[in-house]
Amino acid sequence: MPQTENIQEELNDYAVYMKEITKVFPRVVANDRVTFKVKKGEIHALIGENGAGKTTLMNQLYGLYQPTSGEIYIKGKKVDIKGPSDAIDNGIGMVHQHFMLVENLSVAENVVLGSEPKRGITFNFKKAKKDVKELSEKYGLKVDVEAKIEDIPVGMQQRVEIIKTLYRGADILILDEPTAVLTPQETQELFEILRSLRKDGKTIIFISHKLKEVLEISDNITVMRLGKVTGNVKTSDTNETELANMMVGREVVLSIDRPRIEPGEVLVKVENLWIKDNRKLDAVRGLNFEVRKNQILGIAGVAGNGQSELAEALTGLRKIESGKYYFQGKEVTNLSVKELRELGIAHVPEDRQKRGMVHEFPNYFNLILGSHDKPQFSERGFLKLDDIRDFSKDLIEKFDVRPPEIDIYTGNLSGGNQQKVIIAREIGTSPKFIVVSQPTRGLDVGAIEYVHKELIHLRQEGVAILLISMELEEILSLSDRIMVMYEGKSMGEFENGQLTIEEIGLMMAGKSLDEVKLMEEAGEIKSL
Amino acid sequence: MTSSSKLMKSRWMSFLVPFLAVVVSLLIAAIIILAIGQNPLKAYGAMIKGAVGSRLSWADNITKMTSLLLTGLAVGFGFRAGVFNIGAEGQMAMGGIMAVAVGLNLGNVPSAVAIPLTIVAGMAGGAFWASIAGWLKAKTGAHEVISTIMLNWIAYHITNYLVAGPFAVGAGVPKSPEIAQSAQLPALLTVQASTIPSSILIAIVAAIAIYIILEKTTTGYEVKAVGFNPYAAEYGGISISKNIVLTMAISGALAGLAGALEVMSVHHRIFGAFTSDRGFDGITIALIGQNNPIGIIFAAFLISSLRSGSNAMQTIGVPDDIIVVIQGIIIYFVAADRIIRTWIMKATQLGKKKSPKTIQGGEEE
Repeated sequence: MPQTENIQEELNDYAVYMKEITKVFPRVVANDRVTFKVKKGEIHALIGENGAGKTTLMNQLYGLYQPTSGEIYIKGKKVDIKGPSDAIDNGIGMVHQHFMLVENLSVAENVVLGSEPKRGITFNFKKAKKDVKELSEKYGLKVDVEAKIEDIPVGMQQRVEIIKTLYRGADILILDEPTAVLTPQETQELFEILRSLRKDGKTIIFISHKLKEVLEISDNITVMRLGKVTGNVKTSDTNETELANMMVGREVVLSIDRPRIEPGEVLVKVENLWIKDNRKLDAVRGLNFEVRKNQILGIAGVAGNGQSELAEALTGLRKIESGKYYFQGKEVTNLSVKELRELGIAHVPEDRQKRGMVHEFPNYFNLILGSHDKPQFSERGFLKLDDIRDFSKDLIEKFDVRPPEIDIYTGNLSGGNQQKVIIAREIGTSPKFIVVSQPTRGLDVGAIEYVHKELIHLRQEGVAILLISMELEEILSLSDRIMVMYEGKSMGEFENGQLTIEEIGLMMAGKSLDEVKLMEEAGEIKSL
Repeated sequence: MTSSSKLMKSRWMSFLVPFLAVVVSLLIAAIIILAIGQNPLKAYGAMIKGAVGSRLSWADNITKMTSLLLTGLAVGFGFRAGVFNIGAEGQMAMGGIMAVAVGLNLGNVPSAVAIPLTIVAGMAGGAFWASIAGWLKAKTGAHEVISTIMLNWIAYHITNYLVAGPFAVGAGVPKSPEIAQSAQLPALLTVQASTIPSSILIAIVAAIAIYIILEKTTTGYEVKAVGFNPYAAEYGGISISKNIVLTMAISGALAGLAGALEVMSVHHRIFGAFTSDRGFDGITIALIGQNNPIGIIFAAFLISSLRSGSNAMQTIGVPDDIIVVIQGIIIYFVAADRIIRTWIMKATQLGKKKSPKTIQGGEEE
């Protein structure tokens, strides 16, 4: 039977062949007859917006879900992956977006956890260290095998995760949004590692929504949208615009127009600000900056360098330990949330699910959170429900929340529409100063475009904006001025456009602006 | 499906789930009755007759319902604000004590003044008692479950002390004297020795008032926001500690009202353990009524009917413990409402078999 032989031959070419995979969740088809093929020894990117079904597909490959229908072939052999241990047996390893490491164990211990080398009945730590060291040297995965996880930077933690999969014998690696937590330099280091793994014959599946990175690292790209595969292209034959269109299903404007405008008077000023985190450790250490009218000050930095604490302190949710906070020339240090809101300070919180909304409230209640006791919405302790509903209808329409219903629970909306509700509410208070934290995290391209336009619009209207984002690209496309935060301190502040991405990346890793300038003069900065 | 019809469906579901829970519980209990060799139809017949079959049974039923409705409201209101008030028992006792303390001394005061004064005293007693737990939670983070349970015991012993000491009167069971005639609530209807107390009207007014507070006022808005998501409430400038104390005070006032009304219309006095666990029954009723004040009215009536009917059932040879079993199964199904919801979903899907549409992926953010 020559035909079957052909099929078998074709299958043998692929490390992973997922055929006609359908995965149905109650009321949702997450994967609809998806065929996903990855050649042996390639770096294959899987891209798509949030909710496109990428993670669902990969979770089936890793055995976390079972497909409703369809077949999976690994290296030409039909397999039935019932759980992660089956996946590991088939040589599949997954590096999750959120690392699964034991904080107070060493690197070596974390790597061997679950399959520890033994001497008799005791743990052979020496052999563990040796094994891990060998692996790390083989692929250029620089780690300190004896260091504790809690003491090493995020980039190294990620390398530990990769070594962990290799230690378990994986030759097919799934990386879920691996660059989300990295500085530009660390991203480059990761790419070097991926290339050396490819050279060694490993197959890599790279899940991402960052098109530039995908174009740089991958050999082939599969695009998903709404549970289906919408494109399958060779990386060398495509470009950013084409990929974006396949992801979104329509033309997208990738760069936004930021019209020139002179910044106005200083509206917000902080002096030597010190703030503690939840563990009572200093999270912000002596910060100084100003924000003017018609100005967006972007705070760049890797997550966890004091940005969250800063946003909370400026909006009254966290105590300012020392230092001064001025708004419109008056000191407002440690005023309550309510008082700050009354002065015209709005806040788009970083964690919209936890802070920004009450899931169990209908939209018309979430849209008045924070102004529910203003005369506009209440009278002698009673809510003016008719006025509230009218107001909400207007906002929902104006901000294009879908579905356009005010009675639906906000918790039932998609992430992008939840964010629209929050932004609509905060802009609806006509703020003078707005603290915007991670405004597009988890949003799809269409929603990001929308949020960015709104922020630029606010800037044109004269609002002072403090934008905190872990996405450097977002900071670069929106900010007028940029400040880089590292370990609670400012590494320097500059006009957007003055520094290159490489230079900003160095500052995100802890170099001050002056140091970076010296390095530049000495010609030490290599372009990425 | 449009979202407004979805909304209709969810409202319909919140009624349907407890209703089906009751039906299923009765069916399961019927099997148990069969297993002990009795006829379930006969047993339920006797129960219904005992609950609503005569004026006398109505009188008994409504009297029981009044205090259950109020303790149910007390617990349900707390739940809405994310506070687990297990202390309705003690708050009810404090309400009774305060009603007696004030009601004893109103002999020369006309009823139009004496009755409201006694009611307010009872509510204040319950509110004060609950606020202690609220204040401890707001200031120190002490969990209200622990502190209200301890306050229950303190209230219990205060009652025993008062009826054996300062308030003691007569011989036999330690009890307080009767409150002044002018502070007693008149009966709506007198049936032989039993009366349908007018206190039921006050309890229903309280339920409607709580409904209005929750749905139409800024206080209700803030209380619910704190209950659903304290982080979001804080972000919206709502004081969490103020609302916890306020919620406990309102919840306690309702339980205190239960105690006051019990004194004013049933016993006219207090004695040891006169609350007889009705504070705890409030938890059951709040659960069945889905913390909705109007639902709680029906839930209270259901439980009081089961209780009133259980005596009649016992006379034909079915142990009244079966009522406890039914109550337990109802709670089980209401608490694990997914079981019933899944049944309803499956039943409706059988009707119209439709393949699901692609809406979005199954990824979580």
